[in-house]
Amino acid sequence: MWTWFYKLASPPYVYGVAAAFVPWLLGFAALAIGYGLVAGLGIAPADYQQGEAFRMIYVHVPGALLSLTVYTVMAVASGIALIWRIKVGHAVAAASAPIGASFAILALITGSLWGKPMWGTYWAWDPRLTSELILLFLYVGVMSLRSAFEDPLRGDRAAALLAVVGVVNVPIVHFSVVWWNSLHQGATIVKLGAPSMPGSMLWPLLSMWLGFMLFFGAVLCMRLQAEVLNRERQASWVREAIK
Amino acid sequence: MRVGAWEAFFLVVRRELCLSFRRPEQLFQPLVFFLIVTTLFPLGLSLQLSALRDIAPGVLWVAALLSSLLSLDSLFKSDADDGTLEQLALSGQGLTLIVVAKTCAHWLVTGLALVIVSPIVGIALSIPTHAFATMMLSLALGTLTLSWLGAIGAGLTIGLRRGNVLLSLIVLPLATPLLIFGAAATDRAISETSTAGAVYFLAALCVFTCTLAPWAATAALRITLE
Repeated sequence: MWTWFYKLASPPYVYGVAAAFVPWLLGFAALAIGYGLVAGLGIAPADYQQGEAFRMIYVHVPGALLSLTVYTVMAVASGIALIWRIKVGHAVAAASAPIGASFAILALITGSLWGKPMWGTYWAWDPRLTSELILLFLYVGVMSLRSAFEDPLRGDRAAALLAVVGVVNVPIVHFSVVWWNSLHQGATIVKLGAPSMPGSMLWPLLSMWLGFMLFFGAVLCMRLQAEVLNRERQASWVREAIK
Repeated sequence: MRVGAWEAFFLVVRRELCLSFRRPEQLFQPLVFFLIVTTLFPLGLSLQLSALRDIAPGVLWVAALLSSLLSLDSLFKSDADDGTLEQLALSGQGLTLIVVAKTCAHWLVTGLALVIVSPIVGIALSIPTHAFATMMLSLALGTLTLSWLGAIGAGLTIGLRRGNVLLSLIVLPLATPLLIFGAAATDRAISETSTAGAVYFLAALCVFTCTLAPWAATAALRITLE
């Protein structure tokens, strides 16, 4: 029953699975993002408070969610790789780090572009923006630690440990930033309206989120293929695979 | 001859203290750095004393974090370079015990020393004397937590040529909660409001890292040493 799981530790098998998944993931991602963009940017009504600017939410919120999801994926893959010494885990972690960092940058840029019309400034020390920035720093730390070692296996394991340490720290950082913010400044920041969104606004958002997840899956599979090929370049199956 | 765990712990601590006191410049440099950075802020901003008091907690804590970072590099480095660390790892005592002993000794010569000189900086930044007790307590908790976080970072970056910059890149994001709560505690002590929340949070972080960081730092050393 668990054999499919064990097979995932084998690089050639993972290479094949990733290759098979890419077109499906890309196709469904295009459908979900396409619907989300059309419905969110075109059909959904403008917000009564924020006007058209609220449409930034369709990129910003899925990007921010994904930056956290990808960090979790990276940390879980790193943990698996450290505990059971599964090389594919390191490949997954190495493949996801740049994607997660890109989502964090996307969330920061769209957040500051959204902040300009709403708050009147590109950057406010809003708790979510600040903890997103620290999350980006953690990504950068993990990526630079991996590349700092000359021995790739050692770099992999060091980066994996840091990713696991980081995942423990992310909630602490987030809550301390929230606490710090409540201490320093009160209601200078206009919070998003508390009333729940109507369906015409919510469905495109969920669809965008699903699309971003699928897109992440597709990019992860592509990067994973490259990682596995690079790591296994001495193996005979690679010569067969890229013939 | 087999040595018990406590005995081994105290032997390592004593060795570390001995080594640091034989090279006093290593002891003083981070402290002097701490003093210089904090005196540069008023010069650069040319503030009134009252305005200085508003930014004092932040300045104090940023300077404390940076000067603690300076000394973290030496935590394992010299022992790893001459092979002592490998011998300690092979000594039959658990590597975690060695890590705990080295980190405690490191905190005694860097963190505690910083706590002791902090009143001088407090006076220079015109922090009122009634806030000194909280300031020193929060600095003690914060530097101990930072020593533990730093032990993980130092363990991960031992063999690297540009390890020092990478060490800061790794440790500083993890240390942001310390800065927030440490500065908040000092700030509240100055304005004579309740400091309990921030100090308790610092203490909680300290206990949390004391229990988990030794294992993470040991794992880091095993990765870089093997």
